[in-house]
Amino acid sequence: MQITLFVNGEERSSDVEPRRLLVHHLRDDLGLTGTNVGCDTSSCGACTVLLDGESVKACTVLAVQADGRSVTTIEGLAATAADGDGAGLHPMQQAFHAEHGLQCGFCTPGMVMAAVSLLEENPQPTEQDVRLGLEGNLCRCTGYHNIVRAVLAAAGDEVSA
Amino acid sequence: MIPAPFDYQRATSVDEAIGLLGEHGDDAKLLAGGHSLLPLMKLRLAAPAVLVDIGGIGDLSFVEDGGGTVRIGALTRHHDLATSQLAHEQVPLLAHVAGQIGDPQVRHRGTVGGSIAHGDPASDLPAALLALRGTVVVRGPGGEREVAADDFFTGFLETALGPDEVLTEIRVPAVAGVGWAFEKFNRRAQDWAIVGVAAVLSNGSGGPGVGLVNMGSAPLRAAGVEDALRSGSSAADAAARADEGTEPPDDLNASPEYRRHLAQVLTRRALQTAGA
Amino acid sequence: MTATESPSTDAASSGVIGQRLLRKEDARLLTGEGRFIDDLQIPGALWMGMVRSPFAHARIGNIDTSAAAAMPGVRHVFTGDDLHDAWIDAMPCAWPVTDDMKAPPHWPVARDKACYAGDIVAVVVAESRYQAADAVDAVVVDYDPLDAVVDIEDAASDRVVIHEDLGTNRSYTWTLSPDAEAVDRAFAEAAHTVSERYVQQRLIPTAMEPRGVAAVPGVYGGDLTVYSATQIPHILKIMIAATCGVPEHKVRVIAPAVGGGFGSKLNVYAEELIAVTLARRLGVPTRWTEGRTEAATSTIQGRGQVQHIELAADAEGKVTAVRVKLLADMGAYMQLVTPGIPLLGAFLYHGVYDVPAYHFECTGVFTTCTPTDAYRGAGRPEATYAVERAMDALAREVGVDGPEIRRRNYIAPDKFPYESIAGLTYDSGNYEPTLDRALELVGYDDLRAEQRRRREAGETKHLGIGVTTYVEMCGLAPSRVLASLNYGAGGWEAATVRMLPTGMVQVVSGSTPHGQGHETSWSQIVADRLGIDPDHVEVLHSDTAISPIGMDTYGSRSLPVGGVAVAMATDQVIAKARTIAAHQLECAEDDLELVAGELRVRGTPSKSMTLQEVAYGAFTAHDLPDGVEPNLMAQVTYDPPNFVFPFGTHVAVVDIDEETGHVELVDYAAVDDCGPQVNPMIVEGQLHGGIVQGVAQALWEEAVYDDDGNLRNPSLIDYCVPSSAEVPSIKLDNTVTPSPSNLLGVKGIGEAGTIGSAPTVINAIVDALAPLGITDIAMPAHPERVWAAIRDARATSGPAGEGAP
Repeated sequence: MQITLFVNGEERSSDVEPRRLLVHHLRDDLGLTGTNVGCDTSSCGACTVLLDGESVKACTVLAVQADGRSVTTIEGLAATAADGDGAGLHPMQQAFHAEHGLQCGFCTPGMVMAAVSLLEENPQPTEQDVRLGLEGNLCRCTGYHNIVRAVLAAAGDEVSA
Repeated sequence: MIPAPFDYQRATSVDEAIGLLGEHGDDAKLLAGGHSLLPLMKLRLAAPAVLVDIGGIGDLSFVEDGGGTVRIGALTRHHDLATSQLAHEQVPLLAHVAGQIGDPQVRHRGTVGGSIAHGDPASDLPAALLALRGTVVVRGPGGEREVAADDFFTGFLETALGPDEVLTEIRVPAVAGVGWAFEKFNRRAQDWAIVGVAAVLSNGSGGPGVGLVNMGSAPLRAAGVEDALRSGSSAADAAARADEGTEPPDDLNASPEYRRHLAQVLTRRALQTAGA
Repeated sequence: MTATESPSTDAASSGVIGQRLLRKEDARLLTGEGRFIDDLQIPGALWMGMVRSPFAHARIGNIDTSAAAAMPGVRHVFTGDDLHDAWIDAMPCAWPVTDDMKAPPHWPVARDKACYAGDIVAVVVAESRYQAADAVDAVVVDYDPLDAVVDIEDAASDRVVIHEDLGTNRSYTWTLSPDAEAVDRAFAEAAHTVSERYVQQRLIPTAMEPRGVAAVPGVYGGDLTVYSATQIPHILKIMIAATCGVPEHKVRVIAPAVGGGFGSKLNVYAEELIAVTLARRLGVPTRWTEGRTEAATSTIQGRGQVQHIELAADAEGKVTAVRVKLLADMGAYMQLVTPGIPLLGAFLYHGVYDVPAYHFECTGVFTTCTPTDAYRGAGRPEATYAVERAMDALAREVGVDGPEIRRRNYIAPDKFPYESIAGLTYDSGNYEPTLDRALELVGYDDLRAEQRRRREAGETKHLGIGVTTYVEMCGLAPSRVLASLNYGAGGWEAATVRMLPTGMVQVVSGSTPHGQGHETSWSQIVADRLGIDPDHVEVLHSDTAISPIGMDTYGSRSLPVGGVAVAMATDQVIAKARTIAAHQLECAEDDLELVAGELRVRGTPSKSMTLQEVAYGAFTAHDLPDGVEPNLMAQVTYDPPNFVFPFGTHVAVVDIDEETGHVELVDYAAVDDCGPQVNPMIVEGQLHGGIVQGVAQALWEEAVYDDDGNLRNPSLIDYCVPSSAEVPSIKLDNTVTPSPSNLLGVKGIGEAGTIGSAPTVINAIVDALAPLGITDIAMPAHPERVWAAIRDARATSGPAGEGAP
């Protein structure tokens, strides 16, 4: 089936099987492998992308369901930064770097996208807001401590140890 | 982790969806947000031959004042309901419950109609709908009918929805200012409730309403608790009847005995929070 | 930070070690540029799908592959019979712990019998990942189910013998008993004894990246490149040669970006060997990526022990003997180091305590479950759990609190290096300061007052405070010690440091990171010693063509073995630079001092050469001393003289809701000591993650099998890896007690958090509930378990409190 997505600002038309999952379409058809697959039950959030600006799990969306819509992946995030010319990092990416919010980096793209969506909806979250707001994203390396600090830092909060 | 192949049909109107359902019969399933169906299909626990995508039907996403009721379109996403100003004012229980479903990504995709039509006893929304004595509007080849929530959930993942019917909206009484609470007990925030209790002190029938999550094969009400409250029992005494008539499941998270106990504790807490 | 000693090193530090340098790895991982195994685009690759036994124990009958083979895109279907001669040897177990250990041959594809649910019985090969998934479902296998054996004690009874040729499920018994009579005497004379039985539930490691492999054959060239999400590319290369018959020098193994391992990728897996074999047989690349639910049974699991521990103590609670008997669940087969995992804890069941008599024995038992193997801590969390739980039991027996029983038993700081009764030499330690600081971080005295208040008020929210002091042996390992344990390899690590003609530095590491930040830390070690910018250092790793010599990453070995090798190689580079510079500056080598990347003649500041100039001089080779080779590089293979012994004290504070059994972890403090920290930010990150992993064992995680051997919770819906919403922020501090064993004074820290945290949480829960007569809550302490324990205790000791319904 013919579909057209607006991926990271670019129009991408493809012919896909109806059962093709959005995450496989992005990764295997469009070559955007930054979005990872960490589970098969919509649990881990590694595949989180923005669909029309909101976080979704791309493993639980059919590519055909995204037809005509805009998708932002981790590869396109830097370009959406306020000063973004694509060369620098998005403030959320910068915050994850500055606060050591990643180790192996596998959950990171999904975690960053979920965090971007979280701040979009709640620009001044408390620590508890952040912890609850990232409930759909699992990380095995960081114990979440520095991820939470990174999101708070990106929100402009003073972060203490 | 990959669904079995299927034919994909897009419906641009409810009538078209009804027609496609009629054409394909039991082989077809409706697809809205996909957050009940796609996980089952990925594990190949469901393999419909035809998916009828109703996600593109534009006029089924709304939260509207229906004059004494609040009307919520079937394609309204949990996130939309959870952030609806109208819902927060008129049915705060429902808005709150919608904000407790799954995780933010799930709430960005999952729809009210999909959750209700799935009829999962472990889902949160059916319990709230039951507590509120809401109704479900369904449309079929023969026209539209309105089914009381009490009559809608008929068994495990079974509802009164006919094979060629489409759930189009739910209606709940406007209960601004009425005490309410939702107690959801789970091991992790994103998990389904081990037991959940939705309580409202006055609902569409004019009495208290208490809906239970994951206490039987279908979403159900704690009728004994409601009776007790109507006859003037304290919250604690009424809550002791929370497990009456339930057949709670036995799974990894809880035995039936523990669920019965939790239902009582959570009901008491919900009623006390609601101000009973 | 409390510095108790300063490390002695040969080279002057320029202060780069110890900085919280932000990670070099981050930019690519934050942008999607990092390439994990499944991200690789491999032209012409065919996708493999594994047909797995749904039965835990079954004879394999007819396998009908015809329907699958006829499906679109399906190229081949192979059964065990088709592949019976495909391998020259069975899958490797590198650690036959005793000479008489019994182990069945473990072939990548089972032929006659499946021995766990998940055992591979056939392989489909298709053009796409979707087609492979479809075809797996279409292979029809006739099974004749046999009785499963899930429980370790049941398995030990040989009621059902899984591997008939062995005649028993008992694989080995390994004993460490320096003086059995002394142990018996201590128990006979003891004023207090405790005897405890604990269960280490099976855990599913759940690195966020599932495993994957791709094998790319050089059909005419004869070479083979294998990409694998592995912690051990070097070991895998050798094992591919040994099992698949590919000459080792023709094999190149690359571990691309690897998304966590925690021991689960420290293995040689069936899918890797199948990929290699089929790629060579078919002459095309083959690949496979694990599904998460598949991973629950296809990747090794962790823990799985029944522990009996007894302590003997004098009237003051001074421990006089420790006696331990373990039953350890091997699963259905031996994977790479399965039988040795309990032995990594065997020496540590007396923990941080000065104990004069010791007996340990472990029996390894086969069950019809997924094989166990290394999972973060590997044997040491189990040991720490047992002794730290037992110490609390002893404290209750003696009538003192957890901190006090520990103070009475710690190895005194003046006893280091400490010769332990179990035969180890603890390199350095000073335990009590970590306890003092950890108690201070949580406000211990105030918590005890609040606990008393609640108890006196009869509240149904119970407060508990748990304490653990751990020590672990890590930095695997001295090769001669490994030899004495029958381990099949050495424990050295290799590093090469080369200064390029422009003054930039390449480090080649045999240690292979998968999240630990080696590129940053190794850069700091090199930059610190050379006095250069860490950005001028690049670290190469994880590709056996680039880094041909290595022993890889596990057992908290990277820094104390691999990092030390990097430091030693750097020092050799400096030594060579001195030789060249002295020659060119016409001075004695001893007259040169290295300052800020420059070799200066003492007292004559005008005479100097930058290292860059020396490197260029080495490159041009126009003016080198006789006998000096034209390069500025050094390679070191370092075999550590001893393990290193990091330690620390953890304190957990829990709130328990009696009505629901819900346990909330409300505070957690850890004061750890891993010697000098190369990068404190990275150390803290390791601790945060490690602690939550151990907390998860205590509260959430367990691989639950039914009696038929089916894993009931294979997906992340039911296997409760916690999210950010379930855990608190963690309070950290540290002390610094350098190891005298190595040049940097460093100790490993990757596993420490996990080793300390599970017993800390359970001790807190038992502390909260002890007044009810509760002395044990099995892991994970899920709500129903806690609720039922309280209910049962109330039923025997008196009525419930006010608030109960």
